[in-house]
Parts: sequence; structure tokens; C-alpha cells
Amino acid sequence: MKKTLRILRRASKDSEPYWQEFEYETADGSATVATALMTLPVTWEHSCLQKKCGACAMVINKVPRLACDTCLADLKGDSVTVEPLRKFPVIEDLLVDRKDMMDRLEELRVWFANGADVSRGREMAFEASKCLQCGLCLEVCPNFHAEGKFGGMAAMAPLARLISKMPDAQVKELRRSYKKAVYDGCGKSLACRDICPAGINIEDLLVRSNAAAIWKRRLRDEEE
Amino acid sequence: MAESISYINIIGAGLAGLSAAKTLAEKGLYVRLVSVQPSQRAQSNLAEGGINASLNVMGEDDTVSGHFEDSMKGGCYLADPVMVKGLTEAAPSIVREFEKLGVPFNRENGHMIQRNFGGQKKKRTAFAKSSTGKALTTALIDEVRKHEASGHVLRLCHHRFERLLLKDGRCEGVQVFDIYEKKVMCMEGPVIMCCGGLNGMFPGMTTGTTANTGSAAAELFIQGVEFADLEFIQYHPTTVPITGKRLLVTEAARGEGGRLFYVKEDGSRCYWLEEKFGVRGNLMPRDVISREEDILGRQVYIDMTALSDETWKKKLPDLREEIIHYLGIDPKKEPVPVSPGIHYFMGGIRVDEGHRTNISGLYAAGECACAYHGANRLGGNSLLGAVYGGRVAAETAADESYRYFESAADNPPALFRTFESISASEKEAEARMERILVKGLSVRRNEESIKAALNELHTIISAEMSDEFEARYYLAEAMLLSALERRESRGAHTRLDWPETKDEYKKITVARRGADKTVISFEKITGQENG
Repeated sequence: MKKTLRILRRASKDSEPYWQEFEYETADGSATVATALMTLPVTWEHSCLQKKCGACAMVINKVPRLACDTCLADLKGDSVTVEPLRKFPVIEDLLVDRKDMMDRLEELRVWFANGADVSRGREMAFEASKCLQCGLCLEVCPNFHAEGKFGGMAAMAPLARLISKMPDAQVKELRRSYKKAVYDGCGKSLACRDICPAGINIEDLLVRSNAAAIWKRRLRDEEE
Repeated sequence: MAESISYINIIGAGLAGLSAAKTLAEKGLYVRLVSVQPSQRAQSNLAEGGINASLNVMGEDDTVSGHFEDSMKGGCYLADPVMVKGLTEAAPSIVREFEKLGVPFNRENGHMIQRNFGGQKKKRTAFAKSSTGKALTTALIDEVRKHEASGHVLRLCHHRFERLLLKDGRCEGVQVFDIYEKKVMCMEGPVIMCCGGLNGMFPGMTTGTTANTGSAAAELFIQGVEFADLEFIQYHPTTVPITGKRLLVTEAARGEGGRLFYVKEDGSRCYWLEEKFGVRGNLMPRDVISREEDILGRQVYIDMTALSDETWKKKLPDLREEIIHYLGIDPKKEPVPVSPGIHYFMGGIRVDEGHRTNISGLYAAGECACAYHGANRLGGNSLLGAVYGGRVAAETAADESYRYFESAADNPPALFRTFESISASEKEAEARMERILVKGLSVRRNEESIKAALNELHTIISAEMSDEFEARYYLAEAMLLSALERRESRGAHTRLDWPETKDEYKKITVARRGADKTVISFEKITGQENG
């Protein structure tokens, strides 16, 4: 298999971006964009190579995806375009700074102040725990803007983990955070639903979180 | 006033680093949590099967001493018993604490359940389906965020470790490189290394991450940090090569009833482990099964088709999805071909029971440290070892930091040389080094193969190599020398020419880099009465 990787590069955050093409040839039919990038002198973030860490999020043929989860053979044509995520500042080549996404969780006080309610919400907590903080959901979201109040699904999932095991002492604060950072800004386009590389059941998580945080319903304790 | 704060530096933000940061912050101390990438990218997230603790919730009369005995036996009595005792005693409270941090451990009828794991006589492994590492790390990231907000934890999450700042044999700080700003930073204070295993010495050949390059360990080695038991590399018996790495089929697959077999000439299946070791044959420790697979020399399969719908749905849905995604095989319907793959490094930075290294002011925890696993780690003990080790290292560093800050204030450490990047010609040498290590440190070794590897290794070094390459070269050499000098078979170290386990080698292998050579010695296991 032979592919031309057309990569949008940038020497530093202050310099102009430019396109550069690389030829990549491999006998490995399961090679991914990550496999190819490993051989190129391009800066990008990578770690697990099996869609469990979210490091290699980028835009491939105009679609936001993980490089390690994008099989070259599945891409049509001989040429593949690779660009950095667009909603985060570029540091170099395909490396972006996703600090704002993670800092928002600190602003929203995403932690258990006095411990979780152990007995409830296990399935929901498991689903929410899967969030990789890769940022792909923000990339496709029509409502997310870096400077806005809406944190997108990258804020929803961590909040949903707390909501699933919501201790009574933290109810008010969590509801306020959730309303501000998720409910008020979400236009329900659900573009994030199909893009999540962790396969989080976003619609279900959203429905359950809305029920608990907005409509003040008690979550079902499914396993008890 | 930021200037007046004294920080303890933690290098690595996986479970061990997070655990150390949490411990220090809870004591009211201040931490710089340094990592190349954020915690979400750490290898801890990849751990699947579970975390061991004798919670005794399965009606099997499990005890702490049972966990201790199994861990010591699994490690072929090479781990420090005092340390393993501490680990196993703390385990139940650690798991209960994670429950309070919101980890969705599997439960039934109102209480947590545990599963079977290799080398353990009781159901002792608590789990969140087969994504336990991810669930634990997510919970600990949230908990540490609380301390970031209070200012006790300062995250530096695009910063690469370069070297220790040493003065008169003491660690007085650390030099890191800010990848975003492309600048070198020197930071005072004690240092806790939580930099993970040595996967990067075998790129593409392990179940781990590319972020664990091994370069931090290599630099420590040439700076005089002692390493121990480097010859003990865990080959996990059920892995599958995929593009760029090896995919792990969690031991939980066998814990829940999966069976290993090969196909005989007549087409029938042979469950040879069950024939050889009895009903628990599929749950023998990892070193045993990997060795058996290597001796067998045939394609082995794991059969999970008899697992119930309930088990697939509630306990292993993520494993099934993963196998279908990467291998195009539905494990519920057909067996999966597997083989041994590098998974964990039992050896690493030599630490004592307080996780001190041989250098004052330097501590180590998690997979980078040689601590709890002896000659072979039991599944479910790595997450536990990372969390507990991080905590102990932090407690020791906290106790000793007051002394440190008093004396260090007037003597700022000097700036050392700056980082050099690896050239293209070195990449080829790196690739050769990997091939050499794979050959020399295969599942079964002998003097001839190890010496051949050493001889070949010695041909790839030249004066033009960068400092970083040189450091990695010396660490690679130390791994091979450790394997050469241990003239016995024990745990993950199988010598074809020395098949017996010998009492005289019930010692740890210590590797030290001197002025111009690496010295290997065997030293008494601390805490072992008859070591």
C-alpha cells in the first residue's frame, strides 16, 4: 500500500503553516495514520496507539479522528490530508495545546468534595469514566467555542461521573456547574455522538445527567 | 508568595505520580507534577483486569496473609517481604478509598465482587469490567485536581525529564525541558521518579505506550542511580501483535473462564496447561504460561466461547469490543490466537522500603522502581503497587523534605548541559539496539545468546553518539549483563543453561554505572531474614 500524506505543518506557534507531502509505503494492511506518522519527522502527540489515551487526535481528510484509529487502507484515494485540531492553539506541526479543555474542569470544580455515593450509578459512572479528554467532540461541536461558557461533551462526561454518584452535600454545586457548562449551551446536534473514539454512549449519558441535574430526578440504582 | 514555597518534584503523572501528589498535598506540602503528556495519556489507563486486595467479599475466607503468600510465591521469593507485607496490608483500604473516589467497581447484590487472577488461590481482584486502570486513573485525576485548585499541586504537563541536579552525591533538584516553550528549566527540591517501565527499549514490541521511552531511566543510570533485577521482564502470555505494538488480551479473560489450547496434528484441541497443571492450569502465573508457550513452539489460542452472555455483558464488554475492532474476531464465537509479549518490567530503580534510592533526596515508585514483584509480578498487583508505592515514596519524601529544604536554601544547584535530540543515524542504531535486546532477553535465554547480544551491542556505539543515546546504550548493556550474571532460572528469567533455581541467587541483581564501566553485583534482599 502506498499513500501520500499531505500534512499541514508549522515550525512553531508563531510561524506560518505550510503543506508538506510525504510518501509512505507499507506491506502492513492494518497500518494506521499513526503507524505512518511514527516514521516521519513530524511533531505530534502519541502514547497508547490503541485508542485508549486520546493523545493522537487530529483532523484526517477533514474528519476529526485519532490517528491510531484511522486505518490507511480504509481511506479512499492515494492522498491523505492530515491537519492539527482547529479549536486548540497549535504548538508545532500536529501538536496542539489542549490545556483550556482540562483547565475548565478545574473551574467547574470536577472532583468529589467529600467522597462519592458508593452504592449508586455504577453503569453511568463507568461510561463517563471512559472519556479520554481528546477533544474530538469539541472539534465537531457547532456550539463549542474556546472562549464560551459551554464546555461540550469533554466537560459533560467528567461532570456526569460526579452526577452518577452524586453525594447529597454536593448536589447544588454540581447542578449549577452542569447547567452552566453543559445544559445551557448544548444545541443537541449530537455531532459528538458518532465521533467519540471511546465509544461513550453520549446520548444516554446526556439524558441521565439532564434528568438528575436539571429535572432533579433520582438516578436509578441499577445494580442494587 | 510563590517564591517562598518549597516544592517536591514528581516526574511522571500516571497512577504512581498521582498517588504521590495526592499524598503530599493532603499533608499540606507543595508538589510540581511533571509529565510529558497529561495523566489521561499515561500507561496506567491501559491496565485492564483489576487491582488485588483481600477484601474477603467472595465467601472464600481470603486473608491479607494469603495475598502476601501468593505475591511472594509468584515473585519466586525475590521481593522484599517487608515491602510486600506493607503492600498487601494496605490493599483493602486502598480499594475502599477508590470506591469513595467514585470508581465503578463491579458489584452484585449490594457489594463489590472480585474475580480470579493468575497465581492466586482466591478471588481477590477487584475490577471495573476490563477497564480498571482507566477507571482508577480517571478518579485519581479528579482527586488531584482538587489539590491543583488549592495550589498544592502545580502541573507541568508538557515537560520532559532531562536529568537530576546532583551536588556532593545528593539530589538537589531536576532539570526538565518545556516542550511547548522549547526551554530548559531547573527546579530545586527532592525528586520522586514515577516515570514508568522500560517499554521504549523495545519500541513496537510491548503492550505499553510510546510515551515510556526509557530515556529518563537511562539518564538516571548514568548519573549513578542503582538499578535492580533488570533481567526480569514479564512476557504476558496472551498478547497479539497489531500495528505499532502488541494488544493485550487481559488475564481477566482466563479469570472469567477462558482456556488456552493448541491444535494437534489430528485437528483436535489440546488444553495442555490443564493437563499439566490441573484445573487451575490456565491461571498459572504469567512467567509459567509464557515459558510453556515458548517451549511448545506452536500457535496457541484462547477460547472464551464458553463464557456466559452475562459475563460478556457485565464483566468483559470492553474486551470483546476491542478484540472485534483490532482482530476482526468475535471472541464470544471463536478462539483468538495469542502469544507471549513484553508487558511489564519487574526490575528498575533500586529502592528501599521507604522508596529511597541510593541517592539522597531521590525516590522512585511505580513500574520504574524495583519494589514488590520479585522475579514475576502477579496480575492485579501493578495498579496496587503503583498507588501504594507512590504513597510510600511521598510519605518518606515528606518526612525527609524538611531537612532537605533547610540545607538546600543557600546552595542553588548549577545548570547542567542542555538536551540534544537524537539524529537520524542514531535512529538506525536504536532499531538495532532493540533487535539485539529482543534476541538477548527472549523468554528463554542462555549464556551464548546473551553474550552474542552483548558483543553485537558493543559494535553500535561510537564517539559521535548523543548523550541520550549513550545513556540508553549503557542501560541496555546493564539489562543484558544482569541476565548474563544470574546463572539460574527464576520467574521470568529462564536460563536454558542454568535450569535450576538456586538458593545462592536468592538475592537482588544490582547494576551500577561506575566511571567507565557497569558493575553487576548480587546483594541481600532487605527485609529477608535468611537472604
